[in-house]
Amino acid sequence: MVSRPHGGRLVNRVAKGNRRQRLLEEARELPKIPVDLHRAIDLEDIAYGAFSPLEGFLVEDDYLNVLDNMRLSNDLPWTIPIVLDVNPQQLQGLREGDDVALVYRGDPLAVMRVENIYDWDKKEFSVKVFKTDSMKHPGAARTYQREDKLVGGEIDLINNVPNPFQEYTLWPAETRVLFEERGWKRIVAFQTRNVPHRGHEFVQKAALTFTDGLLIHPLIGWKKPGDYRDEVILAAYKTLIKHYYPQDVVVLSALRMNMNYAGPREAIHHAIVRKNFGATHFIVGRDHAGVKDFYGPYEAWEIFREFPDLGITPLFIREAFYCKKCGGMVTEKTCPHGGEYRVKISGTRIREMLKRGEIPPGEMMRPEVAKVLLSFDKLFVEEQRRD
Amino acid sequence: MERKAKYTTVSIPLSLYNRIKEMIKDTGFTSVSQFVIYVLREVVASYEEEKQGTVFSEEEKQEIIEKLRKLGYL
Ligand SMILES: [Zn+2]
Repeated sequence: MVSRPHGGRLVNRVAKGNRRQRLLEEARELPKIPVDLHRAIDLEDIAYGAFSPLEGFLVEDDYLNVLDNMRLSNDLPWTIPIVLDVNPQQLQGLREGDDVALVYRGDPLAVMRVENIYDWDKKEFSVKVFKTDSMKHPGAARTYQREDKLVGGEIDLINNVPNPFQEYTLWPAETRVLFEERGWKRIVAFQTRNVPHRGHEFVQKAALTFTDGLLIHPLIGWKKPGDYRDEVILAAYKTLIKHYYPQDVVVLSALRMNMNYAGPREAIHHAIVRKNFGATHFIVGRDHAGVKDFYGPYEAWEIFREFPDLGITPLFIREAFYCKKCGGMVTEKTCPHGGEYRVKISGTRIREMLKRGEIPPGEMMRPEVAKVLLSFDKLFVEEQRRD
Repeated sequence: MERKAKYTTVSIPLSLYNRIKEMIKDTGFTSVSQFVIYVLREVVASYEEEKQGTVFSEEEKQEIIEKLRKLGYL
């Protein structure tokens, strides 16, 4: 059986047919609150059930529980507060119980029932979610730029956010049917924002030895400068799968979700979201969702101990390297040989070589993948996208 | 600003309390309460897992299969 959705029921807040028509008309008359791309992405993730059991943006009770206890007020594990921040001026005349239209780039995206308007302490948010309020932390820095009031309440999505990767986009209902049709019962999900090297391939294949199928699930959407571009990551994986994976054991699909760099808390969040997509297992990386030196290398593994009720099994697979003596990818646990035989797989070194137009050694990256990467004019995100 | 977490009291036999207290020494659990909360969450979650999750109607399912075929996933 694929995983039961978090909270038991897959949320669907995508308005369709007559109901959508009615809400679209209603939205024209409603007070309007503009949202940026981050919140538009949250809206879609809520509406299509990736954030089940959330039916909208957090109300204060849930928000405080998530901050303090890493759980919703119904005790379900939830670690990243999904909140809508609004400029207080935009809230003038608005009362709890009213409906508003959330507008993205001039188009109404969703109708929201305002259940709760409340204040938040951005410093407290940063310290609890990111374990720091340093402006050097991209998540904390972004938090301080957000508006001063929070608005919680259920949403109904009435339009989709333009998505350049439509052909790679599957929502939880779709992956669940897909896994069922393929006859998969144990599904392992792999989260990534990187191009695949031999270490990633090793970890995925190690997990595949005791599962039925692998969901490679790159996060797309907002990136920070220096990150690999979305199209680059997808092309690299497509090539790797074509040459090195049996086609019937792997699904490559892109997930548009905000990246917060919240380290351990975000590792739990990533696992919960993949549970909603039907995964039974989730690979947790070393320094998963970390940034710079803000988290210890295994903090994201340790936090799972606090959640015996997560409903998805985390897999902690050690870092792999190439051993010339063993003649393949190994880990500290499987290879007795010394440093002279070992090729460490360094993402940083691969990145530098690619920047110079060089093909990294085959022990680090499959040549087919490297070739595809070098065919791109631009591999990395250059500057922050504005919207 | 620290908020007080909300708790309530549940009674367990003192003998059981003492047994757990003895058992959790050097396990990383710092109190009997912490252990009891952990175990209860584990049990409740596995009980909930038994219940059926979302089921799709045949119509919904066919619509999804159609899309998956079109995208080449099936
Ligand atoms: Zn070796």
